[in-house]
Amino acid sequence: MTAIPALARRQTPLGGMRNTFTLTWRSVLKIRTNMEDVIGLSLQPIMFLVLFTYVFGGAIAHGSTHAYLQYELPGLLVMTVVFATLGTGLMLNQDITSGVFDRFRTLPIARWAPLAGAVLGDMVRYLISVVITIGFGMILGFRVTTNPGSAVAGCLLLLAFALAMCWVSALIGLLVKTPQGVQAFAFIALFPLVFGSNLLAPTATMPGWLQAFVKVNPMTLLTDAERGLFTGGAVAGPAVRSMLWAVGIFVVFAPLAARAYRRRT
Amino acid sequence: MRYDATSEYAIEATRLVKRFGKTTALDGVDLVARPGRVLGVLGPNGAGKTTAVRILATLLRPDGGRASVCGYDVLRDAHQVRQLIGLTGQYAAVDEGLSGTNNLIMIGRLLGMPRPDARARAAELLARFDLTDAAARPAKTYSGGMRRRLDLAASLVGRPRVLYLDEPTTGLDPRSRTDVWGMVRGLVADGVTVLLTTQYLDEADQLAHDIVVIDHGKVVATGTPDELKAKTGGQVLQVSPADPARMAEVTALMADLIRAEVVTDAESGVATAPVGDAALLPHVFRELDDRGIELAEFTLRKASLDEVFFALTGHHAEEEEEGRRAEENGRRELEGSNP
Repeated sequence: MTAIPALARRQTPLGGMRNTFTLTWRSVLKIRTNMEDVIGLSLQPIMFLVLFTYVFGGAIAHGSTHAYLQYELPGLLVMTVVFATLGTGLMLNQDITSGVFDRFRTLPIARWAPLAGAVLGDMVRYLISVVITIGFGMILGFRVTTNPGSAVAGCLLLLAFALAMCWVSALIGLLVKTPQGVQAFAFIALFPLVFGSNLLAPTATMPGWLQAFVKVNPMTLLTDAERGLFTGGAVAGPAVRSMLWAVGIFVVFAPLAARAYRRRT
Repeated sequence: MRYDATSEYAIEATRLVKRFGKTTALDGVDLVARPGRVLGVLGPNGAGKTTAVRILATLLRPDGGRASVCGYDVLRDAHQVRQLIGLTGQYAAVDEGLSGTNNLIMIGRLLGMPRPDARARAAELLARFDLTDAAARPAKTYSGGMRRRLDLAASLVGRPRVLYLDEPTTGLDPRSRTDVWGMVRGLVADGVTVLLTTQYLDEADQLAHDIVVIDHGKVVATGTPDELKAKTGGQVLQVSPADPARMAEVTALMADLIRAEVVTDAESGVATAPVGDAALLPHVFRELDDRGIELAEFTLRKASLDEVFFALTGHHAEEEEEGRRAEENGRRELEGSNP
């Protein structure tokens, strides 16, 4: 047999980072080629904006759709980003069922790189959905009444929260057998969380039992922080508390997802 | 670094055991592949071929036994093994959302190639596998044969020394099948060791230098194609009475004289039996003549691998399809829960 050159015992951390960036590049490329994803990312926020602004606007904000747009847009940003985290679980699930992860595992790359690459690539997706929501909102008449710096901070806060939430989605994607299963399961988990908040309507208008849930829901806290950053109001309290939630979610779900990933792949 | 220069084999597996719940997929499998040769792992569906490949490709942890690639242990030295192998599975694992080019560039980059090198290697492989025209299209638009070729190309990006081909031609049309065979021969000419699993006997006969026959997780025979054919008598007597009504008589007579299991095919009216000793043939012929049985056919020929397989396992290679499907599904589900 011809001599085999010296082989590395394991991937170096730097090599692992490079693997991760390659797989991030892959995720981002896939956004372009996957039309359903592009439509979901761009059309969904646009549809939500139009529907909620003009269907509910008149009823909720005493006839002023503009006032309602100012109220709901920060909430819709939260909704859009949280729903977009679903994509993380879906893509992981597809990669496993299609055998793509098997190919990665036969390559001498860092074992955690496919998972890290998927999550990093999804940050780009979240950013796209945030930009589209704000951009289309501005076309409809939304205005940032604080300052550009706060608005950027608002976007970063959203991304930080999404970075935590996508681990919940990843865990579901790794545990459930089929992509359809991911969708069903995630909607059952996400719908009450997203709509059981002050994202679309003021908490004070709800019955007491619901208020109890809405007040502790991290979506409410994040929405409050976003409102503060985009249109004025208290920022520090809700921002700190929603970030504590994000850290909590991350600390619980990232290790669980990493464990499920090690078992499944 | 651990490099076992004395290792004579490119692949070496000893008493591999793998269980999925109550199913024993591998029950003490031994196999070796000589460097630069094709080892055919032959067996019906559900025999354990894919499980063996997945263990050798570091995707699955065996419950018992050990395996090494070029002297590197698949468990302890998995990272080194991964630098030596390529895998093309039964289900083409290409990224459907990426173009053919980007699929290959991605692998090249993951293997640490600089971007221009990865791009050049991708173009080279796409040309070699006749995919240049489709290079820019997403893989989800590819036909089954194209996907399989892209998958094969993806497993070759890193110039592996050992290549696993898990049923590379299952579900392909005859032309694509011949193409794949040609590619395998080309790789072997380049010095690559190939482990090929197949349920097609002619494929093993065509490509493999050595064959391991697996059935129900056990090795039932090993050898070169010719050795295997010789093992079961080597030659086959084929007799067909002119009057189909006398078939039973012919069968009984053959069984009595040759002392081997006689297989009758009622449809074609042919009785076949492996013949170890050609000297018996005149007896058979005389006896048939004495009883006044007119013959439509009386021939002696070399055993086909299918007959070898039947003689070894008691069933034909391509039956049990249904049972296999169920087992395969069970296996896939169970594999989900593996470390």
